[in-house]
Amino acid sequence: MFPFRSPEQSYRLPEGGDIDRLAPLAFRFDDRRYIGYQGDTLASALLANGVRLVGRSFKYHRPRGVYSAGPEEPNALVELRGGDRHEPNTRATTIELHAGLEAWSQNRWPNLLLDIMQVTNLASPLLPAGFYYKTFMGMPGWRFYERFIRKAAGLGKPTSAPDPDRYDRMHAFCDVLVVGAGPAGLAAALAAGRSGARVLVLEEGDAPGGRLRAEREALDGVPARDWVDRVVAELGQLPDVTILTRTTGFGYYDGTVIAALERISDHLSEPDPFSVRQRLWHIRASRVVLATGAVERPLVFAGNDRPGVMLAGAARTYVNRFAVRPGNRAAVFANSDDGYRTALDLAGAGVEVRAVIDCRAGGHGALRGRVEELGIDCLDGAAVTATHGYLALTGIEAARLSSDGRSIAGSPRHYSVDLLAVSGGWSPNIHLQGHTGTPPVYDPGIAGFLPGAGPDAAVSAGAAAGAFSLAECLRQGGQAGCDAAGMLGFRCTMPELPATDEPPVGALRPLWRVPGNGKGFVDLQDDVTVADIELAHREGYRSVEHLKRYTTLGMGTDQGRTSNVNGLAIMAEERGVGIPEAGITRFRPPAVPVAIGALAAGDVGQHFAPKRRTPIHDWHEANGAVFDHAGLWLRPQYYLGPGEDQNDMDRAIAREVTTTRSAVGLVDVSTLGKIDIQGSDAAEFLNRVYVNGWKTLPVGRARYGLMQREDGIVFDDGTTSRVGELSYFMTTTTANAGPVMSHLEELLQIHWRDLDVAVASVTEHWGAMALAGPRSREVLARVVDGLDVSNEALPFMGVRDTTVSGLHARVFRISFSGELAYEIAVPADYAQFVWERVVDAGESAGLIPYGTEAMGIMRIEKGHAAGGELDGRTTADDLGMGRMVSSRKFHVGHAMSRREGLTDPNRAMLVGLVPVDSVSRPRAGSILVADPAAQPPVDKLGHVSSSAWLSPNLPHPVAIGFVRGGKDRIGDTVWAMFPMKNETIEVRIVDPVFYDPDGEKLHG
Amino acid sequence: MIRIACPYCGLRDHQEFAYVGDASRVRPTDEAGSDAWFDYVYLRDNPRGPHQEYWQHIHGCRAFVKVVRNTLTHEILASGLPDDDLSGVAGET
Repeated sequence: MFPFRSPEQSYRLPEGGDIDRLAPLAFRFDDRRYIGYQGDTLASALLANGVRLVGRSFKYHRPRGVYSAGPEEPNALVELRGGDRHEPNTRATTIELHAGLEAWSQNRWPNLLLDIMQVTNLASPLLPAGFYYKTFMGMPGWRFYERFIRKAAGLGKPTSAPDPDRYDRMHAFCDVLVVGAGPAGLAAALAAGRSGARVLVLEEGDAPGGRLRAEREALDGVPARDWVDRVVAELGQLPDVTILTRTTGFGYYDGTVIAALERISDHLSEPDPFSVRQRLWHIRASRVVLATGAVERPLVFAGNDRPGVMLAGAARTYVNRFAVRPGNRAAVFANSDDGYRTALDLAGAGVEVRAVIDCRAGGHGALRGRVEELGIDCLDGAAVTATHGYLALTGIEAARLSSDGRSIAGSPRHYSVDLLAVSGGWSPNIHLQGHTGTPPVYDPGIAGFLPGAGPDAAVSAGAAAGAFSLAECLRQGGQAGCDAAGMLGFRCTMPELPATDEPPVGALRPLWRVPGNGKGFVDLQDDVTVADIELAHREGYRSVEHLKRYTTLGMGTDQGRTSNVNGLAIMAEERGVGIPEAGITRFRPPAVPVAIGALAAGDVGQHFAPKRRTPIHDWHEANGAVFDHAGLWLRPQYYLGPGEDQNDMDRAIAREVTTTRSAVGLVDVSTLGKIDIQGSDAAEFLNRVYVNGWKTLPVGRARYGLMQREDGIVFDDGTTSRVGELSYFMTTTTANAGPVMSHLEELLQIHWRDLDVAVASVTEHWGAMALAGPRSREVLARVVDGLDVSNEALPFMGVRDTTVSGLHARVFRISFSGELAYEIAVPADYAQFVWERVVDAGESAGLIPYGTEAMGIMRIEKGHAAGGELDGRTTADDLGMGRMVSSRKFHVGHAMSRREGLTDPNRAMLVGLVPVDSVSRPRAGSILVADPAAQPPVDKLGHVSSSAWLSPNLPHPVAIGFVRGGKDRIGDTVWAMFPMKNETIEVRIVDPVFYDPDGEKLHG
Repeated sequence: MIRIACPYCGLRDHQEFAYVGDASRVRPTDEAGSDAWFDYVYLRDNPRGPHQEYWQHIHGCRAFVKVVRNTLTHEILASGLPDDDLSGVAGET
């Protein structure tokens, strides 16, 4: 192998490890070039190259090194990739090395070695928890200081470039979902898979195996990896078993739905062509086996954050899986037999192990003797009390503890080491179980939290359930898989499990903090120290949820995996209560950071929301329409003529209004909600739904109707026509088509089940167009087949069924524009054909199409209420339609509309508003006040609800709005203020009907 | 991510439904006083445990489905038509 061994990789072991030495990979960190191997993580490759310093801490800018070998990493957060794929805060311990990888350290300036902000560390006695807020918030200069404070703290910088990658979403169903493919998960999958159940296995790493890939254990006398390979091969043969690697279950939701993130392309420099970067899975499982393993806890002592201090399990992972020496001279500090195991693995890899410091006074397991045989110092009842070095660890002090562990009893002994492996026990990964809301249970045996009971569909197995021996992990996993399949009716037998070679171990001794001075970090990612927790306790932030929010303990991207239990235990000690009483903060998804892009999956850009096109859309598009969004609908806003562009918008709109008012215009109103109402009680139903009466409406007539909500506020309006003896055709506003339909269905299905009425939405069945203007009648006469359209035969509010070119059509003589007007409704498939017929027939009359802008202007000129007026706050009286409300019947909203507050004569009521200078345009949303110079709080008289940007028929812009006193104030002037645009316009209150107040044009 | 059994369509994902509200309320008579209407329109209990409520199957058959949901666990304990008496389900009173 020598020729392939890169000279730079001076910390790489000559052989071993789960890496491909024939596949060297060049990568860059902080713009320096290094070589690693296929199979490395960025962290292992950096360690192989002797890079110890990888980042600066969040608050104090202290030098930090790789601390773990997994997703729990609090320190080694880097900015990964350049350009538009740049991603901050990625964990070097989970980034699979790939050719050309580029990463940069974070939170340092100008560079990692010389970080100016490290002065915060010297000043740290002045910077306790909550310092910035206590000091600067509320001071006059906060807005000034904030920029600097935010810059000093923090993580990596994101890119502002659009995400170039695509994401995917998948829904899956299975009988048994196994989360985690370590020994317990594999045993579970094997048991359930053999029974014939549909099994899905999620593995966070790039291959199954879990801790078996990181330890030197043997199963049935051969390396554990062989057993893993055999099981994976057998699972691969089972037709209903699927293993998803690089996939993390991050949320457990109601109904046994697990959300998972599959990182399809993150181990590549960029996704393959036509591939996606990540895939979001929604997995609905009948049973779930949570074999999510455990993470190791740090020990808390002064200077426990220097580069070179590392979790003991991680040190073993680097030696065994990656063939990397994480240091040359090591000490191990532990509260269990993991210390001796680590010392043996390190020594076996050629690391010079100087000491094992065990905080227990006795009770060691079998490995202790083997460590002593190697001549390694074994200190009992002792602890590391200090560390030395700045950019990297150079030495430690270890001393004997008093028997209660609360003070230092002996004099310190110095060890010159560059690696300190620490182990404070293991905490089961209980995030997913925690998402279900079952509180975790403290177990003194492991000094950690176990998943609580329930829900019924889920069971935890192996290390996730607090079983830390390999044999027990395998047994629990096999049992859980068997039980899960068995409960679903599959015949399941326990699989034969391999024999392990584990030596007996002694119990661990909880040691939550080593007494002494100096900064002992509880949460490395958020720079929370023991002193911060003590301060929180003194200041009364004693509940774990308060502690978390006050100190930011556990609020980093690592979700406190390494810090939560230590922090809670220290608070419990401060309070003098047990850990179960102190409690644990609630787990909430996601358990790992998830890119927003993955959550959005394909629902971006054009696919963010569906688009609804009217049946006449193609014609509009071909004839210069500029479209506007009305809910999901695309509606023509105005039409540009030949040679015009969007700068000619005002001209186009003015042309549409003028032509309609003087000749004839045509507008697409297909978006209005349309509801077919039939039944012997249909008239009674309408009578109860609308405020006005419906029992006298004859066949062939339409009526304007106003609808209230149950609370007496106006809900919607529209015309409803009686098209047959027992058949009505209701229209609603575009916006309320769906809500009105549901409202009617609720009344009929729940409250008025005795009524013989059926309703059906026919919005999309009919295309509709409004033909408006003084010459509309002559155009209509040309398109209908023999229908008499004279004023006598088809009067205002008349409705006729007829044909256009032989196609069924309904003609309604109704008007929104205030002109003589007709609405023509035809089956949607023929709408564009009929529209084109009308356009042709209107050519000689000067017909042009108009859009929503012209329609809006004309209805404002006419004082008609629309969305701005029907805003969910106005009553029939407010809208000037109080007279419509029938007092001889009950209707929806009847009782509540008589409330004191809704009948107050001082309510703001609908009026017209014109600018005193005849030029200014009062914006919709402007507030009406009496005195524009008044200091806040200013008495609000009302507001502008709709504003016509231009009104070519009138010598001034017009608006409508609501003002207290309503029509009693006609003639007065008030001020329309729009502070966001700094606009103040004096307006005169006038009647809301600006155009044809007597309705002569409608009836003519 | 819960699923609701629609009496017409069978077990469906909750994304097909729109939440409507408390199904234990009875719409007052037209003649009822303003107190009864105020109570009906505005006042809601916020029970911990089984709760009768309406969900409309808006992306399906559009039926109003009466559902008993445990507000603590989101478990759907029963479902039926508006006229169905589900008051005996899981301690619901």
